[in-house]
Amino acid sequence: MSTNTELESNQAVLDRVTSRRHRQHVEQAIVAWLLRVAALISILTTIGIVIILVAQSAGFFAEVSPWDFLTGTEWTPLLKPQQFGVLSLVGGTLLVAAIAGIVSLTLGLGAAIFLSEYAPEKLRRVLKPILEVLAGIPTVVYGYFALTFITPILQDVFGSDRVIVFNALSAGLVMGLMIMPMVSTLSEDAMVAVPRSLRDAAYALGATRFEVATKVVIPAALSGIVASFILAVSRAVGETMIVKIAAGATPNLTLNPLESIQAMTAYIVQVSLGETPQGSLEYKTIFAVGLLLFAMTLVMNIVGRWVISRFRQQYN
Amino acid sequence: MSSSKISPRDRRRSHSIRVWRDRIFVFGFILAIVIGILGLAALLFDVLVDGLPFLNWNFLNSYASRKPLESGILAPLAGTIWIVGLTALLTIPIGVGTAIYLEEFAQKNRFNRLIELNIANLAGVPSVIYGLLGLAVFVQFLFNGSRNVTAGALTMTLLVLPIVVIASQEAIKAVPSSYRDAAFAMGANRWQVVKTVVLPQALPGMMSGIILALSRAIGESAPILIISSLVWVTFVPVSPDSKFTVLPLQIFTWISQPQHDFRGIAAAAIIVLLIVLLSMNGIAIWIRSKYQVRPDQ
Repeated sequence: MSTNTELESNQAVLDRVTSRRHRQHVEQAIVAWLLRVAALISILTTIGIVIILVAQSAGFFAEVSPWDFLTGTEWTPLLKPQQFGVLSLVGGTLLVAAIAGIVSLTLGLGAAIFLSEYAPEKLRRVLKPILEVLAGIPTVVYGYFALTFITPILQDVFGSDRVIVFNALSAGLVMGLMIMPMVSTLSEDAMVAVPRSLRDAAYALGATRFEVATKVVIPAALSGIVASFILAVSRAVGETMIVKIAAGATPNLTLNPLESIQAMTAYIVQVSLGETPQGSLEYKTIFAVGLLLFAMTLVMNIVGRWVISRFRQQYN
Repeated sequence: MSSSKISPRDRRRSHSIRVWRDRIFVFGFILAIVIGILGLAALLFDVLVDGLPFLNWNFLNSYASRKPLESGILAPLAGTIWIVGLTALLTIPIGVGTAIYLEEFAQKNRFNRLIELNIANLAGVPSVIYGLLGLAVFVQFLFNGSRNVTAGALTMTLLVLPIVVIASQEAIKAVPSSYRDAAFAMGANRWQVVKTVVLPQALPGMMSGIILALSRAIGESAPILIISSLVWVTFVPVSPDSKFTVLPLQIFTWISQPQHDFRGIAAAAIIVLLIVLLSMNGIAIWIRSKYQVRPDQ
């Protein structure tokens, strides 16, 4: 074999390698471009949500003043005379969310303290997944449970003349059960992150486990617990099916949980299921209510995550 | 100091009060968990008692009817399969792609931090808002008023995308950087490293995130309620532009009926829905525990 052909074949190999390199480079450039497009979809989603809600609400607020909308207490957009005081829907939403918040904080925090401070590892590994099943059950099932199981019990306890079939208490209790794993998981994460040395110091001073939990661990993990609570309540505010099925369709600004109410989400669903003509003022109300709901949950989520990020800085 | 004046007897009494307080509160904490578990048990019991008498082959294989005893879930079952299939087709490439971009390709600059923050925020947007988005963008704008199964799947895709992205990011982060370094040292470019090293390692974690996201898509009703709106569907969707209903929506429709027997078939449909979802959750947990062996570091 002459040196010449050897050189040629070397050149051929080099060409092949270079062209493969080039192909790989092109492939990578195309893939990187596709991945960037995928990542942009999330930004487009947010922009889409804001534009749709604002554009459709703009037509509504051209006819109804935002002040009347935000301060009025009568909500009768589908009846004459029409009134657009959203406070009665907001009140219904907050009443249910408050009940759910109390239930989930009591149960979730208790469960988190037990799992983090008392339970042996084996028991913890059994209990946690069972509680988390609660978070995976569809909300329509919780709605069924509230209507067919909890409401009859409430009627037995308080008397069926005082408890309306569709009431805020039943929806709130069941929603509290639904968001309990959220509070317990996030709170427990915060408690587990409290350094062992803080607990040991308290035990060395003769503290009981209850005192360690309430005077050392909870104060140290407080921001995580608060954040879990805010995020869970935000979830309750945005929840639809439980309030649609179990809490009623009567806009009602009340503090009595045994009465029928209408939540913001339930109103949106009610109108979109009805015969309301597209483009009418009644139809636009669901976007105005949606915009307010979006703003409320966004603020809660941002505050919740801000509290968590502050908490992480403390120990890392 | 006042503490020096406490007699030994007082101190013993105070000690026993503290010990008893500890015991009583342990009981309270256990009670919190027990109430949670009892709530779950009561829910399952309620659904099983109401629904089991109505659950049979006919129920799975007939359409909804005005007569509860002749009703079945064929149409919503098929609709659910359509929605999950299309949603998976769209969500997996977009969600995994976004995660790969953020973890492997993107520089840590302000714009990419904005994308991450935005995804976290999208995860907290109420599902009913996605319904409004889908109604305005997909049904009215893209499909000219047609409430079809593609519009439903597109909406579901946007709804569950943050779940897939966040789970995939976690899975990618868990791949040790030494693996990447080894591949880079052998001359691989970034995409080759991702394709041949990162993705195979991260796959189990991504799979469990994807399954959880799809089970969310199966159980979610509010956005579909706004998109589909149709309540009595008595046909199986045959193409991506068919009208449709899904299981949770059919359940909601039956719960809203006044006749008592409709409650029973609603409960029977809930049993089917829960079996599907719990087995999907089980598979996700199984994948995570079986394949996600932590590499030695």
